[in-house]
Amino acid sequence: MARALCPILLAVFILLAGCGAAPVRNEPELPVKRPVSEYAKPGKAYVIDAYDPWEPMNRRIYNFNAIFDEYVFLPVVDAYEFILPGFAQTGVSNFYNNLTEVTNLMNTLLQFKIVKFLHTFGRVMINTTVGLGGLIDVATTVDGIKRENEDFGQTLGFYGIGPGPYLVLPVLGPSDLRDTAGLAVDTVVYSLMMGQLIAELGMDDTYEVALNYSLTGVYAIDLRHKESFRYFMTGSPFEYEVVRKIYLLQRQFLVDN
Amino acid sequence: MKRFAWIVLLLVLTAGAGSPAGAYDYPLKDPYVSTIIGTPEGHQAELPEKIDYKLLSFKVFPERRIPDVFWYQREFRYSLAYQKGEAPLIFVVAGTGSSFYASSMIFFQKVFYQAGFHVICLSSPTHMNFIATASRTSLPGNILDDAEDLYRVMTMAWEQVKGRVKVSEFYLTGYSLGAAQSAFIAKLDEERHAFNFKKVLMINPPVNLFTSARILDDLLLRALPGGMDDFNDWFNGLLGRFAEIYKTMGYLDLTNDYLYSVYRVIYKTHPPRQEDLATMIGAAFRFSSNNMIFTSDVMTRSGLIVPKNRELGSADSLTDYFKVVNRTSFVDYFNELLFPYFKTRYPGLTREKAIELISLRNLEAYLRSSPKLGLMGNEDDLILTPEDLAFLKDVFGSRAKIYPFGGHCGNMSYPANVAYMIDFFKS
Repeated sequence: MARALCPILLAVFILLAGCGAAPVRNEPELPVKRPVSEYAKPGKAYVIDAYDPWEPMNRRIYNFNAIFDEYVFLPVVDAYEFILPGFAQTGVSNFYNNLTEVTNLMNTLLQFKIVKFLHTFGRVMINTTVGLGGLIDVATTVDGIKRENEDFGQTLGFYGIGPGPYLVLPVLGPSDLRDTAGLAVDTVVYSLMMGQLIAELGMDDTYEVALNYSLTGVYAIDLRHKESFRYFMTGSPFEYEVVRKIYLLQRQFLVDN
Repeated sequence: MKRFAWIVLLLVLTAGAGSPAGAYDYPLKDPYVSTIIGTPEGHQAELPEKIDYKLLSFKVFPERRIPDVFWYQREFRYSLAYQKGEAPLIFVVAGTGSSFYASSMIFFQKVFYQAGFHVICLSSPTHMNFIATASRTSLPGNILDDAEDLYRVMTMAWEQVKGRVKVSEFYLTGYSLGAAQSAFIAKLDEERHAFNFKKVLMINPPVNLFTSARILDDLLLRALPGGMDDFNDWFNGLLGRFAEIYKTMGYLDLTNDYLYSVYRVIYKTHPPRQEDLATMIGAAFRFSSNNMIFTSDVMTRSGLIVPKNRELGSADSLTDYFKVVNRTSFVDYFNELLFPYFKTRYPGLTREKAIELISLRNLEAYLRSSPKLGLMGNEDDLILTPEDLAFLKDVFGSRAKIYPFGGHCGNMSYPANVAYMIDFFKS
């Protein structure tokens, strides 16, 4: 996953470097009827506030993501949805949900959430066996055990680490410094497990690498397929602010619970 | 879940047994609750889960320069769902601040597509995309201008799609603000005959745009005794409530259905405060008018919030402007942008006359006399005053279908309502 992202990251930063500077203004701004100085008082709290010191860079990455979505990501997802019948799409989602339970196991344990850990453990057992290697989510449909959602970002939060600055990641979207670190740890754990699993198959190195890349690629498509968010469809000029706020609130909520 | 299906079935049967046959059984009797939750999933009309539609776009004013800050609003966008063979085509106009892609619009698209219509969904003239690309003045709220703008994009959309759809006749509908606009569009069409609409259904219209907006502005302040300065604390309190709700329910999501189960599980012991519900509805309206006002200010360079000579770029922060516009109500917008524009357009116009101009009362003779118009509304619609409701009943007479409950647009997807809509166009 991380390796696949490198060329994209590079492209983004080249792009950003190119359009960095704003035109220098000479003339003073004309007065307005409702000036910011009168309505936005420093030191007063507003619902929309967020700690976002890297906002100019974040906004550029946000815009980049919207373009990437339109011209690359969504067309691929559309093709995927066109080719694969609905039940197969669900199967793929279940398959990856089952594989990524490894991070749920790790993070519930690290946070001493024993009930959630046992639920997750039971889910993996049932879904891997009765659910045919994870293709069917038997645990939810038959036993009503919902999937937990505990990542390393939440674990860091559990140990008192704050979110830090808001951060928009290329392609992946909203995050913050803590959650990005968390994502890196989860990705390493997941990749190590996948490496082991694939090694068990006893294939040639070239095939192994190919399989690894394909699994990562389909995983990315599945993630976008499951996400209904579409850039700039909220009809709000403040979409960046709103998405930022919702992301941070939701993460705070997940850390607290 | 399945194993409890028979218990649920039993409950439904016994619950139904008490009420008289033919009664309107929409489940939410509190207008605030129905306006927020809508129709709970178990009570909705049956519709296909997904239908095929095309996202289409065109330039309305090819010469118009879109500022960089709205770089993603290049063209006017809309959707078309079409039948294979010849069929009637219906235009649907969205409510305040909503796009052709809003969940209620997707709902209408399914309803009419399933009933055999081609469906074109149009964003509200108060939606950002419309203001930036399709509004001639970029100052929404003058319903006469808005209807002109809508009529223009309808004609252009039809021009764009007529090669691929075979149309027998044209119909028109809209909900909320879109319903009021539909009446004005129907009137325009009587003179211009681009479509010769056979029937037009207005769903939960306001009578006077200004009055309804003021009602919604007032709702916002119901739980905020100190005005908007209290909003941050109120909002944090609401979030705290959600944390408690999560602990009771064991999970959290933000679907209407979840809210309905919360309402059923928690209502008994902790009834929601009416003023909190009112503020929630007001806050949703405030947010959509904020989007409208800011877009309008930037497009018209009016200097209300953004300096006239400030060229906003695609990566500029808008957070401070949001704080300003969030303190700006629809009434402020009317006083500070719309009315000054009215005065340049109609010299000598008083404020009272301007408010009358954007009212359905302005169209009374036409509304009374045109048999093609129909109305669907609710007794407890929050955006109507008692006089407004009496006016609608009087003017539409037997062409009005008024339900006892549903709040503002809460009951649109209830089976009886859906059946009425389809029946209205098909009979």
